[in-house]
Amino acid sequence: MSTQVHHAEPGIFQKYFWSTDHKMIAMQYMFTGMAMALIGGFLAYVFRMQLGFPNKSVPGFGIVTPGKYNAVVTMHGSIMIFWVAMPILIAAFGNFLIPLMIGADDMAFPRINRLSYQIFLVSIVVLLASFFVKGGAFGGAWTAYPPLSASGAYNLTPAGATLWLVAVALEFVAFLLGGINFTVTTMNSRAPGMKMFDIPLVVWMIVLASVIFMASVGPLIAGAIMLLFDQTLSTGFYDPSRGGDPLLWEHLFWFFGHPEVYVVLLPAMGIVAEVITVFARKKMFGYKTILYTAWATGVLSFVVWAHHQFVAGIDPRMANIFTVTTLLISVPITEMVFLYIATLYGGSISLTTPMLWALAFVAEFMIGGVTGIFLGASGTDIYLHDTYFVIAHFHYTFVPIAIISVFAGITFWYPKMFGRMLNETLGKIHFWGTVIAFNVIFIPLFMTGVAGDQRRVYSYAQFAEQARPELQHLRTTSTIALLVMLSFQVIFLINFFWSLRNGKRAEANPWRSTTLEWTAPSPPPHGNFAELPTVYRGPYEYGLPGRAEDYWPQNDPS
Amino acid sequence: MSTSAKPIANERHVTGIPTARLITWWVIASEIVIFGGLLSVYVMHRLGHPEWAAAASHTNTLAGAFNTFVLLTSSLFAVLAHKAADAHDGPRAAKLLRLTSLGGLIFLTVKGFEWTHDIHEGYVISSGGFWSYYYTLAGLHGLHVLAGMIIMLIVAADAAKNQELQRVECIGLYWHFVDIVWIFLFPLLYIAR
Amino acid sequence: MWQRYIIEASTYAQSIDHLFLLIAALVGFWFIVAETVFFWLIFTFRKKDGRPTQHITGEEKHLVRWITIPHFLVILCDIVILVPAIMVWYNVKEAMPPAEQTVRVIGQQWAWSFQEPGPDGILDTADDIRTVGDLHVTVNTTYHFELESRDVVHSFAIPSFRLKQDALPGRTITGWFRPDRVGTYDIQCTQICGIGHAMMAGRIIVETPQDHAAWLLHNSNPSAASEPAAPASQSGSSIVAEVRR
Repeated sequence: MSTQVHHAEPGIFQKYFWSTDHKMIAMQYMFTGMAMALIGGFLAYVFRMQLGFPNKSVPGFGIVTPGKYNAVVTMHGSIMIFWVAMPILIAAFGNFLIPLMIGADDMAFPRINRLSYQIFLVSIVVLLASFFVKGGAFGGAWTAYPPLSASGAYNLTPAGATLWLVAVALEFVAFLLGGINFTVTTMNSRAPGMKMFDIPLVVWMIVLASVIFMASVGPLIAGAIMLLFDQTLSTGFYDPSRGGDPLLWEHLFWFFGHPEVYVVLLPAMGIVAEVITVFARKKMFGYKTILYTAWATGVLSFVVWAHHQFVAGIDPRMANIFTVTTLLISVPITEMVFLYIATLYGGSISLTTPMLWALAFVAEFMIGGVTGIFLGASGTDIYLHDTYFVIAHFHYTFVPIAIISVFAGITFWYPKMFGRMLNETLGKIHFWGTVIAFNVIFIPLFMTGVAGDQRRVYSYAQFAEQARPELQHLRTTSTIALLVMLSFQVIFLINFFWSLRNGKRAEANPWRSTTLEWTAPSPPPHGNFAELPTVYRGPYEYGLPGRAEDYWPQNDPS
Repeated sequence: MSTSAKPIANERHVTGIPTARLITWWVIASEIVIFGGLLSVYVMHRLGHPEWAAAASHTNTLAGAFNTFVLLTSSLFAVLAHKAADAHDGPRAAKLLRLTSLGGLIFLTVKGFEWTHDIHEGYVISSGGFWSYYYTLAGLHGLHVLAGMIIMLIVAADAAKNQELQRVECIGLYWHFVDIVWIFLFPLLYIAR
Repeated sequence: MWQRYIIEASTYAQSIDHLFLLIAALVGFWFIVAETVFFWLIFTFRKKDGRPTQHITGEEKHLVRWITIPHFLVILCDIVILVPAIMVWYNVKEAMPPAEQTVRVIGQQWAWSFQEPGPDGILDTADDIRTVGDLHVTVNTTYHFELESRDVVHSFAIPSFRLKQDALPGRTITGWFRPDRVGTYDIQCTQICGIGHAMMAGRIIVETPQDHAAWLLHNSNPSAASEPAAPASQSGSSIVAEVRR
C-alpha cells in the first residue's frame, strides 16, 4: 500500500531547504556538521600553532593574544561537541538511518523534524555572530564557570558570552525535539515483525543517547537560564557576594556534562557495531548483553559527575563516593569493548575502509578508556586535574567518537546516501594519514601533562618548570602532527565530493548486509521502500550454516 | 512531495500507544526534568536561607490562590474538550479549548497586575536570592502557559473543522502538566515560610 | 622515570606518584592484553577463501567465559586501585595534620598574593608579611594554607608538591602541605580565570630554617611591611606582576 500522492517535482527551495524528508534533513545536519568541523579544526590549528611556535604570527590568523587564545579554545571545544559530534552522530545518522533501518517511510513527525534542524541552524547563526561582536567570541572555556562567565568585567567578552549561552540553549532545544522524534519513531513506527531485540544496535544506541540527553540536560537548561539572568539582569545566582554560589553551576553543568559523553559515545559504538558485523560477516557477540551494558552505562553515567570537581571545593568526603562510581562505570564499558572484540572471533574479516575505521575506533578508544582511570581515581586526579593529561585522555575518547566512527559511518553508508561508491584507495590513504597523525598529536600531550603543563594557557613562558626545551619539543611535535592530520582531510574532501558525481554507481546492497536500509534503492526515493518491509529475524544473521549465502536479510521471508 | 500528507510512520503504533500521545508524554518528560531541576535548586537554596521567608512574605498570596483556581478550572475545560473530541464533536471541543485558553489569559493578566505591583514596591528580579528564583520560576512557567495557549488555539482551529481531533487530548495533557507545575510553585513560592 | 620531568618536593608527592605507577601497571597490563587479543583476532580471522564464518550468538557458555572472567578480574583491579586512591585522597584532602604554620593564599585576576605570619608565628597580627607572587616557607614544616579568591574561580597548584585546590570566591578553603626539599618551585593557576590566566605564575621558595629566619627578619619591620597587591582593575588592562622578595 503506497501513501504516495503524486505531486509535481519540488523546486530547489522545497527540496533542499524546506524538506520534511528525513534523508534530506539528515544531509542538512551532516553537511552543516562537516562545515562546523572545518571551523573547529581551524581553531585547533590556531591554538596549536601558538603552542608549537609561541608568539609567532599564525598564517591565516595573525598573532594569538591571550584573549584570542581563550576565545579560540572555548569555541573549539564548544563547536566540536555541540555542533560537530552531536549533529553528525545523532542528528545526521539518526535521521538517515532510523526510518530506513526500522522499515518506515519517514519519521513519525516530519515537520517537527524540520523544525529541529531550523532551530539548530539558528543556534549556529547566533554562535557564529559571536565572533563578530564587540569583545569577540566568549573566552571562558566551554565549561563556562561563573563568576568568570557571568560578568563581562571578568571575561571581557560580555556580548560573546551571552550569544554563546543562547546558542547552546537553542542547540539543546533542537536536540530535545529531534531526540524525542527519534524515540517515538523507534518505539511506534517499526515494520511489522520487528521486535525490540530485532532493532539494529545503531538505532538502539541513538535512541538511548537521546533519552540520556533528555534526562540530563533539564537541570542545565535551568542553570543556563540562571546564568543568562546573571549576565543580563544583574541577578546573583552564582555570585557569592549576593548569596549565590559558583559551585551550583559546576554541579548543574557536570550533571549534564558527564552523561553527555555517553550521549556521543553510544551512537559511535552503534555505528562501529554495524560496520564490524558486516565486514567480519559475523553476528554481534552478545547483542542483548551489549544492550544491557549500554543501559547500565547510561544509568551509571548519572552518578559520576563530580569526578570533574574533585578539587573544586566540594566536601572532600563526597569525592570518595564519586571515585567509586567512576571506576565502577568503567566495568560495563570494558565489557562492551570486550564483546566487540569477541565479535571478531570466528569471522571472515575484510579490511575495507569502513572496517579500518571501525577497528581503529576500538583500538584507540581503549587508550582513552584506560587513561580515564588515572583521572577517576581521586588521589591521582589531584595532580592531573586541569593538565594536558586530561586533554589527551578526552581526545583519545572524543576523536574516536567524533571523527573515527563518523568516518566509519560515512564511508559505510555513502553508497546508500548518494548512490555512488567512494574510492577505496583514497579512503585508505586518508585513514592511515589521519590515524597515525592523531596518535602523534596526543601521545606527547600525555607526557607534557604529566610534566605539569596546565590547560588553557597560551604560553608557558612564566613557568620555569614548564618553559623547558624538552617540553617545548613535545608541544611542537604535537603541532606538526596536527598540520599533517589536517592536510590528510583534503584527501577525504576530494574523495567525498568527486565521488558524488563520478564514483561507481552503487547497487542497493553493495556490502551484502542484512539490515533493512540495504533493501531500499541507493539512494532511497521519497517514501524509502516501494513496498514497506516485514521483518522475520534479528539484524545480524551472518554465517548461518547450511545456507547458500553467508547473510540472511531481516526481511527475507524464506 | 507533499508536506501535509502524513507518513505511514505516523500511523503505526507498535507499542499500542497512539503516536501523538506518546510524543506528548516524552515532551512532558523533558519538561519535568527542566522544571524539576530548577525547582530542586530553589528548594535547596530556600532551605539553606531561612531569611528568604521575609522576602517571600511580600508575594501576593491572594493573587496566587486566585490563579491556582483559574488554572484548575481551565484544566476542567480541557478535560471536557477531550471528552467532546472522543465523541467526535469537533466544534464543541474547539469551544472548550478556547475557554481553556481564556483561563490561561486570565492567569497571565492577573500575573501581570501582580508583578506590576511587586515591581512598584521595588521587588525586581535582581532584588536578591528569593526574588531571583521567584521571577525565574514563575516566568518560565508563564512562558509555558503562553506557549500552551497559542498551541491550543491552533489545535482548536483544526478541531472546529473536525480535523486532527487526537491533538485535543495531547494539548490537554500538556495543559495539565503546566497546571501541576503551578501546583508545586504556588505553595513553594507563595505560602512557604 | 618521570622524576626527570617533575620532582617530588613534598611529603605526599611520593604517595600520589606511587598510586600513578600502580594504576599504570594495572591498566597497562589490561591494555596490552586487550590490544594483543584484538590484533591477533584481526590477523587470525582475516578473510580466507573457502573458510566460512562461524555462527556465534554470544550465549555459548564456553565462549562467554572469556568475557565474564576478565570482567570480574577488571572489577577486582578497580578495587585494588580504589583502596589506595581513597587512602591517598584521605591523607591529602581530609586528614589535616596539625599545623606548624599557617599561611593565607589569595588568588585574584591575575596574581597570587600571600599573607604569612611574621616572627611572632601567628597569622593576622601586625607583623604579618604580605607578598605578591613569592611564598616563602621552611622545609620540613607542616603548613596549613587558607585559600581565597577575590573574584573568579582560580586554582592553587604546586606541581612539585602534587598540590592542587580550586579557590572559590566567598569561601575559605583549607589545605596542607609539608615541603621536604629545599628549592624554588612553580605555583600555577589551574582554572581558567580570564586573559591573564597564563600570567598567574608564582613561586614557592622552600628554605632552611636559618634562611627563612633571615628572610623574616629582613621583611617583617612593620613600618616597612609590603602593601597588599592592588586588585586588578575591572577593565583588566593592568596585569599585576609585582614580585617582592
